[in-house]
Amino acid sequence: MYWEPDKECMDREELEQLQIERLQSTLNRVYAHVPFYRKKFDALGISPEEIGSLSDLSRLPFTTKEDVRANYPYGLFAVPLREVVRIHASSGSTETSSVVGYTRNDITMWSKLVARILVAGGVTKDDVVQVSFRYGLFTGGFGLHYGAERLGASVIPASSGNTARQIQIMKDFKTTALVSTPSYAMLVADTIREMGIPVSALSLKYGLFGGEPWSEKMRREIQDALGIVATDNYGLSEVIGPGVSGECLERNGLHINEDHFLVEVIDPKTLQPVPPGETGELVVTTLTKEAFPMIRYRTRDLTSLHAGDCPCGRTGRRMSRLSGRTDEMLIIRGMKVSPAKIASLLFEIEGNEPEYRIVVDRKGAMDEVTVLVGAAAEPPFGEDRRHVGTAVETIRKRLTHDLGVAVDVKLVGKKDLEPVGGGSQRVVDRRKL
Amino acid sequence: MLRIKNLESGYGRLKVLKKVTMHIGAGEIVTIIGANGAGKTSLLRTISGLLRAHAGEIVFDTREISRLPAEKIVFLGCSMVPEGRQVFAPMTVKENILLGAYPQFRRKEGKSVRDDFERVYGIFPRLRERERQLAGTLSGGEQQMLAIARALMARPKLVMMDEPSMGLAPLVIKDIFSVVTKLREAGSTVLLVEQNAKAALGIADRGYVLETGRIIMEGAAEDLLSNREVQRAYLGRDLDAEGKM
Repeated sequence: MYWEPDKECMDREELEQLQIERLQSTLNRVYAHVPFYRKKFDALGISPEEIGSLSDLSRLPFTTKEDVRANYPYGLFAVPLREVVRIHASSGSTETSSVVGYTRNDITMWSKLVARILVAGGVTKDDVVQVSFRYGLFTGGFGLHYGAERLGASVIPASSGNTARQIQIMKDFKTTALVSTPSYAMLVADTIREMGIPVSALSLKYGLFGGEPWSEKMRREIQDALGIVATDNYGLSEVIGPGVSGECLERNGLHINEDHFLVEVIDPKTLQPVPPGETGELVVTTLTKEAFPMIRYRTRDLTSLHAGDCPCGRTGRRMSRLSGRTDEMLIIRGMKVSPAKIASLLFEIEGNEPEYRIVVDRKGAMDEVTVLVGAAAEPPFGEDRRHVGTAVETIRKRLTHDLGVAVDVKLVGKKDLEPVGGGSQRVVDRRKL
Repeated sequence: MLRIKNLESGYGRLKVLKKVTMHIGAGEIVTIIGANGAGKTSLLRTISGLLRAHAGEIVFDTREISRLPAEKIVFLGCSMVPEGRQVFAPMTVKENILLGAYPQFRRKEGKSVRDDFERVYGIFPRLRERERQLAGTLSGGEQQMLAIARALMARPKLVMMDEPSMGLAPLVIKDIFSVVTKLREAGSTVLLVEQNAKAALGIADRGYVLETGRIIMEGAAEDLLSNREVQRAYLGRDLDAEGKM
């Protein structure tokens, strides 16, 4: 099953013609309308006219998360704000978030791309799709919602949080497809068990998960616990949000929507492309975005690229499931722990991203991790308002379980998390001191 | 059907087209919209061999045609309906149409021309009624039909039309555009260059926006129609005024 077979199963030569056409017109537009890109191109002495083939892409400068932040909020928009019909922002504290915009056409295109991914993951217009991504500035909720609506499925905008109620809805509304982060699916599975609801009481068939890296082991656990086929999908707000790539039911890599995104995998140190199949940092260039085009965005996500010979018939290249992030990976007692993962878990538990700091210390030979979570004025954990102790315990259990490393959690006043010497200091590694 | 890569051309030292890359699939109606002087006509003239390409490639079917003379390109099945009709006023309608059958005579297939006349008259019954009339006495719309008929005589796989709506009344434009859709139904592929962006995007599958010799946008016709920049620049909508209402 395909959503746009003429695009998803396009002949390679035809695709590359379309890609170069779209790359050139995107470059002409950003050069004319985004001073940031014009300055960068001029500084390197490159004019869009010199880009005559896809291999010339490597002559263009990279764009980084720092560039996006430095142009906060609207500096990288390629159209006047009045043409923007939607604004999203990536997670992070206000001054460090990436603000992105969409024109009406962007929203239509985005919905189609998400519909492709839903169809690849087994969803049809007859499904009841429960979107348990948070709705808000984060692109996940609205991105999947519009895609599922475009597909013609019945969409339940459940958003995140209040897991017991979500499960009630899942049961009563006969939800057939769950859309969320994989860690939320794990939480749903645990809660179902605790509530004593048999999986047979649910109508779930498919799960489409994204927003964070997850392992094959987690996939097996989710599939077994919920009795579903779980597929992975990928996207990031700086590029569009969900819809960049997604697995089909073969579950052997994520099909990239190559008619809309040009992807490269580079060695994050040398910045040179790595051979096909080798792991490196994913770099994405948008080919059709109007409001927020992106040239060679360094995603910091680690993956590898594979030829598009999937038995499902889609011809686009596939990327392997994320194997981590290039930035600030902590090694705790020999285990890799990503601060980004901790952030996304906190985000998942609380429903919005709290202030936090990860403190790593060494007691004797043992690494110890303490996550300091800033207490909000209101009881912080809306889902379970009994008392703070339970909340801390919930976070501790969740982090320890999902990270595979024992973690201590402390609730502190927001003041205690203020930067000591510039920067947000999300990670303090005292082992080096 | 047609693939163009990094095409550059111009007049003398004046560079008009700057790395134009585009394609037309078989059976598509593709339109190129853009303001006066954007390079639309230069693009058609370069494809049809009337203007030399400085750089880049033009592949028609599987053949590279950017170095071929204009008549060879017509023989291969790529005909142009020029801007401003360019019919021969002192000649009759029939004589004008017959000129389009030049490739058949060159191939010594003159006998088949009768069938071609039938085919073309089938599309434009009015031209049959006026076949003995001098082309100069036709109305603007009829002259445009004559120019299209002449191009169709060569049995083109790809018909390129340069501003077919120019100087015509709205009702006549409607007629001309319905002919364009008919051509597609009959199996032709059409490249339509138009300043009347709204009408062109209304019948096209896809479009390219050409600005100062560069393609700045590509997309499905419906997407271009709903793009506000296209609306403001080429569809004559005053969005600021609408906003105040």
